[in-house]
Amino acid sequence: MFKNFFPNKVLSINNKTLRILTFVMFLILFVGLISALFISPPDYIQGDTVRIMYVHVPSSFISLGCFAFIGISSILNLIFKIKIMPLMAKSIAPIGLVFTLISLITGSLWGKPTWGIWWAWDARLTSMLILFLFYLIYILVWKFTNNYERANKISSVVAIIGLFNLPIIKYSVDWWNTLHQPSSITLTSAPTIHYSMLIPLLIMLGGLAVYSIIIFLMKYKIELIKLKINKKNK
Amino acid sequence: MLTKRVKLRIYYLFFFIFVGAIVIFFVLKSLNENVVYFFSPSDIYNKTNISLNKKIRVGGLVKEGSVFKDKKKINFTITDLKNEIIVSYSGLIPNLFSEGKGVIAEGKLKDKKYFIADQILAKHDENYMPPEVSDALNKND
Repeated sequence: MFKNFFPNKVLSINNKTLRILTFVMFLILFVGLISALFISPPDYIQGDTVRIMYVHVPSSFISLGCFAFIGISSILNLIFKIKIMPLMAKSIAPIGLVFTLISLITGSLWGKPTWGIWWAWDARLTSMLILFLFYLIYILVWKFTNNYERANKISSVVAIIGLFNLPIIKYSVDWWNTLHQPSSITLTSAPTIHYSMLIPLLIMLGGLAVYSIIIFLMKYKIELIKLKINKKNK
Repeated sequence: MLTKRVKLRIYYLFFFIFVGAIVIFFVLKSLNENVVYFFSPSDIYNKTNISLNKKIRVGGLVKEGSVFKDKKKINFTITDLKNEIIVSYSGLIPNLFSEGKGVIAEGKLKDKKYFIADQILAKHDENYMPPEVSDALNKND
């Protein structure tokens, strides 16, 4: 039931829905950027450099979340052979790749004025770079493997191996001494970031998440159409 | 509901994930010395096989009142509140370098208590707040 139901629902998403989502995204991002760049206060030691965080942290969240989705759907895909799983994972991968890149670049821009260097081979930064490479390999496997079934299997295995990297990224700042600071927002304790900065951060996260959903729906729809065309040609 | 083949795939996959997790755990454990970005003064104090010629990084807090600057040189003490190391450095210091804040010095040990740095990095902590809040907190202290 699940198999037949979902693709049709996505295929019936028309441009109107996407337009509404796009409008919502711009609205959230507008509010988010205004509050992040103008309303929120400068940090007590970093000054205005702190504003880079409002892009950096949401991007990192989304890049980790996207890979978690790809990894888990790859596990389900290998076990249960659900046809739409690889298509969803494939559609979400470029989003994760771009956000990982944004996270690395904004982090670097923040690192220079704060730490004094652009890049350090500490555990957090290195594991994030490895995540970027996993995204790259995952996408390249889909691009350069002609046989669909083989591409599906190889990419799933790549994603599952990459899944091991996620807890390493998350906990690298707690397990080892790193240059990167520990998490300010954790599930277990109160955030160590003042609410006047936390709120714009969450708004920005919402805006970028909606953006990711829009891109995902567009790409996923294309993948489903491709699948239908291939079926007809067979 | 699950067919035999599906069950078999579940077993294979979870076996693979389990083994993978164990392998990665031991690899990271054995690499621990290389994964840490810096040593704390206590790490250095407890180390037995220390090489003075190898470049290392020492990190901790800049001890309050320990910073002495002259035209060419800056001396300060890195502390982790248990052990301390005196650092001597000449060169550019990052803007965020200040007493009581995190710092990482890259360079070579002269002995267990004295470090010659050729680069200083400021380490930011996980606290973010506006200046007014910080002032208010300081008043309460």
